[in-house]
Amino acid sequence: MIHPIPPGTRDVLPDEMRELRRLKAALIEVFEDRGYGEVATPAIEYDEVMARADGPTRSGYRFFDQSGELLTLRSDMTVPIARLVATRFASGEPPFRFSYLASGYRAVRPQRGQMREFVQAGVELIGASAEEGTVEVIEVLEAALDAAGLGRAVIGLGDADLYRQLLEELGVEGEARDAILASLATHDLVALEQRLLDAGIGAERAQTCVQLTQLRGGKEVLEAARGLGGAAVERATTQLSETFGELERRGAADRVQIDLGLLRDLGYYSGAILEVYDPAVGHVLGGGGRYDGLMKQFGLDLSAAGFALYLDRVHTAQLEEARRG
Amino acid sequence: MADGPLKLAVPRGALFGETLDILDAAGVDTSELRGDSRSLIFHTSGMTLVTMRPSDVPTYVESGAADVGITGKDVLLEQADRVVYELLDLGFGRCRMVLAAQTGNDRLGEAQRRLGMLRIATKYPRIAEGYFESTGRQVELIEVKGSVELAPLVGLGDGIVDLVATGRTLEENELEVREEIVECTARFVANRVAHKLRSAEIDELTAKLREASAR
Repeated sequence: MIHPIPPGTRDVLPDEMRELRRLKAALIEVFEDRGYGEVATPAIEYDEVMARADGPTRSGYRFFDQSGELLTLRSDMTVPIARLVATRFASGEPPFRFSYLASGYRAVRPQRGQMREFVQAGVELIGASAEEGTVEVIEVLEAALDAAGLGRAVIGLGDADLYRQLLEELGVEGEARDAILASLATHDLVALEQRLLDAGIGAERAQTCVQLTQLRGGKEVLEAARGLGGAAVERATTQLSETFGELERRGAADRVQIDLGLLRDLGYYSGAILEVYDPAVGHVLGGGGRYDGLMKQFGLDLSAAGFALYLDRVHTAQLEEARRG
Repeated sequence: MADGPLKLAVPRGALFGETLDILDAAGVDTSELRGDSRSLIFHTSGMTLVTMRPSDVPTYVESGAADVGITGKDVLLEQADRVVYELLDLGFGRCRMVLAAQTGNDRLGEAQRRLGMLRIATKYPRIAEGYFESTGRQVELIEVKGSVELAPLVGLGDGIVDLVATGRTLEENELEVREEIVECTARFVANRVAHKLRSAEIDELTAKLREASAR
């Protein structure tokens, strides 16, 4: 008798579970070693609390409880931890460091390998200064990738505010700006160029913007970007250059790729953003960055940074890397 | 992925010939693909060319089984939820996605007026759905796999949404274009991880293809 489970969910059997448990243990050990104590929060929260973080991160699973309260399944751990810090540590002395291994829930199109229930492993660093925070989080991420045996994995480092500020500088706003940011998020360069032209900024500037999205690599891309000019580019490259310089001083820059085309679609990011790739697999293993505005939504004026790795994708990458010997 | 030669997904079918031409112009030797070999995979000019149906290209590129690929905008629009980076409009394979109906009668207009609902046969249900939604009309979409021109001739639907290159097939079946939805050309696409991790190779190929398509 077959009793189905909803698409986008799955059972885990002992062979896989053993491997996952080893991976989880290795990651948690890295996090704890670096002072990121593990926390757990409920999978169900009040919808009103989760909705404080604006942006397209809502889980898509909302329901009423027996007394008519609107509840939601968490879509990630960043917002619950922001809630936890604001509630339990408001009078504490920052910075706060937490780690987690927890499932999140998102509405996805099934049959695409996307899961509606997925496990993430990650850290949150709340209340450290912007610069140091980003660098520390990248170092923890590198240690986590090493612990998972993904020595070839690469971390993309970009700036979430670059294009919003650049478009403001160019006087593009409203629907035109939103359409441009949407084609940036999907990296549709053909539509991007057309929409930039439609916004009336001129062919040369449109070209420049498109070129900017293609700059990725080592420190040399910052020089190339500066050559394209503008205040927004200057601010973003200066900040990226400082972060990258600090990573270099600590010997942690080798696997970091500066990427001016990076734009994550989670609404709460500001400043540095991260994405994780492994050469053996075609999808992104995880990501993160800074979200300085998020804590303010919970009444604490603290900067924050973190990352989350999708456990199953890291596991897949381990398998693919092993296959390649 | 980042190991071995760059893998390029090449669309067989209507785009095949011009795809080979532009690859030649970009310095990728395609002579083996032009023979009558029944192979699907070819090793040439330091790259691996994988041939497939155009509608499979986004699938292979999204998963990373191919690093880059060439396919029609119609395919990309129909599979808009596939995450691939669209890097370049190659300019060839130009055709139009249109709403067409039988020449010389007003079944389409009548259905809209008297039934408030259009019945449309198409191979592109997602593009059609998006188009009618954006123009505020209710439709019943009938998905067919083969010659969609047949549908209205035998009463399956009031009109069709289909891709038109020269318009000859429409004409032969006594159909005419009523509305133009979008113009489609061949596009160069990349897997998002490959785009990050093999940036030098992909940027070089993009530049060569851009130059070749401008000729």
